[in-house]
Amino acid sequence: MNYLQLNDSDVQRMLNAMGVERVADLFRDIPAASRLDHPLALPGPLSEMELLADLQRLANANHGLDELTCFLGGGMYDHFIPTVVDELASQSEFVTAYTPYQAEASQGALQAFYEYQTLICLLTGMDVSNASLYEGATAAAEAVLMARAATGRKQVVVSATVHPHTRETLATYLAALPMQIVTVEAPAGVTSPEALRAHVGEQTAAVLIQTPNVFGCVERLDLLSNIAHDCGAMVIASVDPVSCGLLKTPGSLGVYIAVGDAQALGIPLSLGGPSLGFMACKREHMRRMPGRLVGATTDRSGRRAFCLTLQTREQHIRRERATSNICTNQGLCALRVAIHLSALGRGGLAQVARLCLDKAHYAAERIAGLTGFELRFAAPFFKEFVVRTTKNVDAVLGHARRRGILAGVPLGPWYPELSDCLLVAVTEKRTRDEIDRLAAALNEA
Amino acid sequence: MNATDKIAGAGLVPPEKLIFELSHPGLTAVSLADGDVPAAPPARVLPAELLAQSSPPLPEVGELDLVRHFTRLAHRLFSVDSNFYPLGSCTMKYNPKVNERAVAMPGLCHLHPLQPEADLQGILELLYHTRVFLEEIAGLAEATLQPCAGAHGEMTGVMIINAYHRHRGEDRPKILTPDSAHGTNPATCAMCGRHTSTVASGPDGRVDMADLRAKVDSSTAAMMITNPSTVGLFDPQIAEMARILHDQGALLYLDGANMNAILGITRPGDFGVDVMHFNVHKTFSTPHGCGGPGAGPVAVAEHLRPFLPGPQVVKHDDGSFGWASPGPLSIGRVRSFYGQISVLIRTYAYIRALGADGLRQVSEKAVLSANYLAALLKDHYRLPFTPPFAHEFIMVPEFREHGVTELDVAKRLIDYAIHPPTMSWPVAHCLMIEPTECESLATLDEFADAMIAIAEEAKTTPDRLHHAPLTMPVQRLDEVTAARKPDLRWNPPDEPSTQS
Ligand SMILES: Cc1ncc(COP(=O)(O)O)c(C=O)c1O
Repeated sequence: MNYLQLNDSDVQRMLNAMGVERVADLFRDIPAASRLDHPLALPGPLSEMELLADLQRLANANHGLDELTCFLGGGMYDHFIPTVVDELASQSEFVTAYTPYQAEASQGALQAFYEYQTLICLLTGMDVSNASLYEGATAAAEAVLMARAATGRKQVVVSATVHPHTRETLATYLAALPMQIVTVEAPAGVTSPEALRAHVGEQTAAVLIQTPNVFGCVERLDLLSNIAHDCGAMVIASVDPVSCGLLKTPGSLGVYIAVGDAQALGIPLSLGGPSLGFMACKREHMRRMPGRLVGATTDRSGRRAFCLTLQTREQHIRRERATSNICTNQGLCALRVAIHLSALGRGGLAQVARLCLDKAHYAAERIAGLTGFELRFAAPFFKEFVVRTTKNVDAVLGHARRRGILAGVPLGPWYPELSDCLLVAVTEKRTRDEIDRLAAALNEA
Repeated sequence: MNATDKIAGAGLVPPEKLIFELSHPGLTAVSLADGDVPAAPPARVLPAELLAQSSPPLPEVGELDLVRHFTRLAHRLFSVDSNFYPLGSCTMKYNPKVNERAVAMPGLCHLHPLQPEADLQGILELLYHTRVFLEEIAGLAEATLQPCAGAHGEMTGVMIINAYHRHRGEDRPKILTPDSAHGTNPATCAMCGRHTSTVASGPDGRVDMADLRAKVDSSTAAMMITNPSTVGLFDPQIAEMARILHDQGALLYLDGANMNAILGITRPGDFGVDVMHFNVHKTFSTPHGCGGPGAGPVAVAEHLRPFLPGPQVVKHDDGSFGWASPGPLSIGRVRSFYGQISVLIRTYAYIRALGADGLRQVSEKAVLSANYLAALLKDHYRLPFTPPFAHEFIMVPEFREHGVTELDVAKRLIDYAIHPPTMSWPVAHCLMIEPTECESLATLDEFADAMIAIAEEAKTTPDRLHHAPLTMPVQRLDEVTAARKPDLRWNPPDEPSTQS
């Protein structure tokens, strides 16, 4: 077996050195009654050729974005990933190292995470970023727990325009805690300041807003923040990091904690995971942050050096009083994000954001011009928008799919009142021709 | 400073600038197509109040400098591929290369989670089989693949335990953990609104059964235990613990971090476990990636199935695969979409490559290797517990009279090009050593020789240990200042006014 390197005579030598007769003797603490007396019921071992053939068979049984044109979004986006990102992030030192506990032997990872933290701060206009959380929904839930700890209040107000997966995950996280979720309905596709004002109060620990929201619409973070501040609640914004190439930073709009999913920044779709949850906050909340933090310091000869720091927040030191239970994070995904943002650079991120904006608006105009289709919401949008159709949504999607196009996400399962609607996402990867073909397919359906 | 000074002033490896310090205006490492549609001017389509004056000051570098920078960083890093990495509790085994090829296959990687099931039959089949394999290895009824890592699996498991008791009309606020529990266990309990009570260990490192009996009562929701334990011992009393808990209506949770010691030898379901998580980034060879991503699938016994999170991957009667929505008792969603899919693809590939016999050999050789190292080192370091050990063991350097601590020993090992073991946990001053099954006898012997040489150095040249490591790009760090005056990001110098 190629993953193991001890042959029979090695095993014998090792047993002899220990004065043990058989390997089985090393397992004598396992009571006979609990021992398995038959092999596990698993399929037989595969050679590498057989394994690759099996995996290829499974790959072939999928129809992925290598064959189809994707206008699906809803939290995960088909953005372009430059070759350098894949190449650099797959260097095997990065892939096969553990969490950088031993700083002297891990400067490469630590420096990369320090750079990642800085990049997230620059993107969000915040002071402090951690070194990653699992993904966007759990990052939002962790942010709510932070706000709960910071304010001692018992309620979180969440807009209905926050992705349903985020809201469901939050509900799971809060199930056993004395913390109530209040939802603000948003019939116009964006959170209205008046509606928010009617729901917040002196028990509100945090207001959770997503922007651009699940419908692709851009929320008025500036106005919503003011309302939250008026009652002493913290504002948590879940943002699309690509939109940060164009929009004011959450940090400059009164947000205390910025979170989001960074899949759009160089992480393959991979059926929705692994991605990365980023979290950045103002300095005053630094010590409540969950997860790893990398800091710069000096070594004994005065050279700049990096290490994990403020670890007294973390589970391995603080145990039940830790800010979170998170241990393993999304290290390699954070590295991908750092490489991706560094590759794009200032101009590149702005250009991607502009291309998304242009193409989404072109697509929206084309689709809204078709008979039987209209834009569902009048609110401004970024790279994703909702269309209502008088046709049957499933039939429309099925027709487009037969043309090799994933036309959009049907909204009925998430919002029953929008069962005549589709959510369409357009990234910089989509060409005018592809958008025209989408419009044609919708028209024919 | 002239060029020679620069060389003389550096360590063995010259320092690497921050990517921000390499920035040069106007450069980029990507090539994007120009727009092919009419522009949508931001000022027309977006509210002026929300539009940024300028985009974030990300670094501007060309492709070559980007490549050099991240290649140099990669080289400032110990890893399984370059170093023996006996980091206890972390199971730093070899990460097979074929798994990396698998996750890069376009048909497995470029999949959107909201595509119709008909487009996803291959990946759903793979996930379904992975689920069934894990159920078999656990000896439990059903597994969920959703959790993102071990700690997230713990949280999912404790939420399931909460839901189970709530459904039976009980509120059980207490969870027991042994004193050697990993920090994530109590931290998880707190996040799930439970409080923990610690069960003592006896001098032999096993759970003190009298203390357990005294602490289990009708307010006990569960006990969370790692078995083999975090000190590397299989606790033979485990089935009895399960009985004691079950008699009081409480459940047994297994932290599966140490499954690498028992694959195909015993199954948690066979020793009374009700719910457990796997760390596939330990047991099933998925790489650690400088800290993640991992995955923490959770398996449960029959009576806990209704509480599992959803959606679940299922096989339909017609042989096709799909997602099933969770039932009314489910704890709900624990994350977006479905799980850490590319990590689970590697899990599948590993289990398929090895089969039942291969997995059993993994555990046998992991346990053999740990016990062999313990035997070679027992005369040089104190072993607080008696062998046989499971797949890892702890030992205590006792060189205090020479002023040498476990930290000094660990740091000196870096000069031998070996990653240090886990330090000072779960027993004060210890080193926890987990060689895994993957190492050659030559590597194991080299490690033992290095540890013995360091034990000698501790007595003869302790200063060398205090200064270690000497061969790295940096020497020991001022971690106190790092925590007192946190510097957690680079700050741009005041932006020069751009002249146009
Ligand atoms: C015993 C034990 N339990 C739990 C965990 C947490 O697992 P993860 O890091 O995957 O969240 C670890 C990992 O470090 C561990 O060693």
